Amino acid sequence: MNAVTNEFAVVPAAVAMSPQRVVAAYLEEIRSECLRYLRTPSFLLPTLLFPTVFYLMFGIFLGHANGPDAPRFFLAAYGTFGVMAPGLFGFGVSLAMERDNGLLMLKRALPMPPAAYLLGKMVMALIVAAVIVGLLLLMAILLAHAPLSATQIVTMFFTCVFGVLPFCGMGLFVGSLIKGQGAPGAINLIYLPMAFLSGLWFPLSILPSFLQQLGPVWPSYHLNQLALNAVGLGHGEVLTHVGVLAIYTVFFAVTAVRRLRRHG
Amino acid sequence: MSNLQLPVARLIGTIKNYGALRALDGVDLMLQRGELLALLGPNGAGKSTAIGLLLGLIRADGGTVELFGQDPQNIDARRRIGVMLQSASLPPVLRVGELLRLTASYYPSPRSVQESAEMAGIADLLKRPYAKLSGGQQRRVQFAMALCGRPELLFLDEPTVGMDIDARQKLWVAIRQLVAEGCAVVLTTHYLEEAESLADRVCVMAQGRVISEGSVDALRARVALKRVRCMTHLDPQQLAAWPEVVEARRDGERVWMSTANAEALVRRLLDADVSLSELEVQRAGLAEAFTELTREAETGHAIDREAA
Repeated sequence: MNAVTNEFAVVPAAVAMSPQRVVAAYLEEIRSECLRYLRTPSFLLPTLLFPTVFYLMFGIFLGHANGPDAPRFFLAAYGTFGVMAPGLFGFGVSLAMERDNGLLMLKRALPMPPAAYLLGKMVMALIVAAVIVGLLLLMAILLAHAPLSATQIVTMFFTCVFGVLPFCGMGLFVGSLIKGQGAPGAINLIYLPMAFLSGLWFPLSILPSFLQQLGPVWPSYHLNQLALNAVGLGHGEVLTHVGVLAIYTVFFAVTAVRRLRRHG
Repeated sequence: MSNLQLPVARLIGTIKNYGALRALDGVDLMLQRGELLALLGPNGAGKSTAIGLLLGLIRADGGTVELFGQDPQNIDARRRIGVMLQSASLPPVLRVGELLRLTASYYPSPRSVQESAEMAGIADLLKRPYAKLSGGQQRRVQFAMALCGRPELLFLDEPTVGMDIDARQKLWVAIRQLVAEGCAVVLTTHYLEEAESLADRVCVMAQGRVISEGSVDALRARVALKRVRCMTHLDPQQLAAWPEVVEARRDGERVWMSTANAEALVRRLLDADVSLSELEVQRAGLAEAFTELTREAETGHAIDREAA
């Protein structure tokens, strides 16, 4: 009876996941998230078209009426405006939908590495932000002939790419509060007024003074200041703006992840 | 070796409250290797809560919840399970092969995409976007995702909803094959014939408690009623008044009765109608047993409440 070849006995007691397989799981999650968004025109088209078309109209065609600095001023403004969208919509709307339609629940039941879900969306948002700011920079250089040094171009690019992170955090936070179909509307209610109140469409100086004083409340105000610095139109205080954005990012992300742990 | 004696999954005196509502009220449940347990019960009985606890989606308020002797929120325990949830909608723009590739990446030694797809009968759909599939095909894709990690325990939540008979039979064959290989399965279903056909053990829940647990035969035997059908000119309303008859109704050309004493009823029927034909006597099916059990639980509960 000792010779019983129990097929269960050959199954290892606990199959360990090798570090390579864990890394592979993260990469697969990132790949799937990117594929999903690239194949979703209702997300990708407005995200890419709004900042580029606005920049073409106000920064380039009508730019000269606004003075010689207009192409650079609007590059910073629409760069900021552009990278807010992949963070807010990519995180906020998809999280709100996926909490509602059961996908997040399935992923939590599956042995997905815990951070893969958020990391996948974050990398997707960084890539989309890179595409947006890349397009805007090309337009500024080739169409508007904006006077930008190589350092300014590189600084502007990375400012905007990493500038998507506070908005990922904000999207995550909003997506952890609301559920389902109402999400795109709710995010737009935050996105558009925030862009306006941060001086992305009109210089803050033409707004009523109490709205001007409110400017520094919004993360987009600080990213815009950093972008203006990058293209040579800023007022310095880079570390303050970076610090405020970092605090916003951590606060939103930690609050949201806590909420998600508790409520799913 | 000690690992082999450990149950695959177990609940011991598990309690879960949602606010004032007690969703699980001291549930005990145990599952061994290679065993298929069907979890039955009306909506709101606590099936989803029990499964949510075993998947680590929610935390118990009392008692023990274990997967392979570990907390289900431990990812190492969940690397040994496969999951098919009824309510999850998958990303519509991803292709079937991409969904399988992603899910397989979560596991230490998964099946190949091709093998998983063949086992679920979807090898011809790998290049198709998920949204372009029929409901039954989507269920089969979800089944392929559930088995792609070589799980030792599968959770199948209403796996055959939306499938035609042929697809359902094929899925049953695949489930039996997995069980034969030593995979344990927790199945929830509204199709009692599905439980009857697949399950080693049936666990019936109502109002957050396990009200019956045992083999399909044992469950049926708990309900002593038998079913008598025949062609007769006797009126069902009249028949219903006989003491031997619990319930009687006309079903097309035939009269259908349920009874606790089939022998006495048949004798009386044959005396009362010499022209009676097509007589059939059957043991109650799982469906009757199930209805009877849950009704008992409900009336029992109502009495408790009145007494309180």
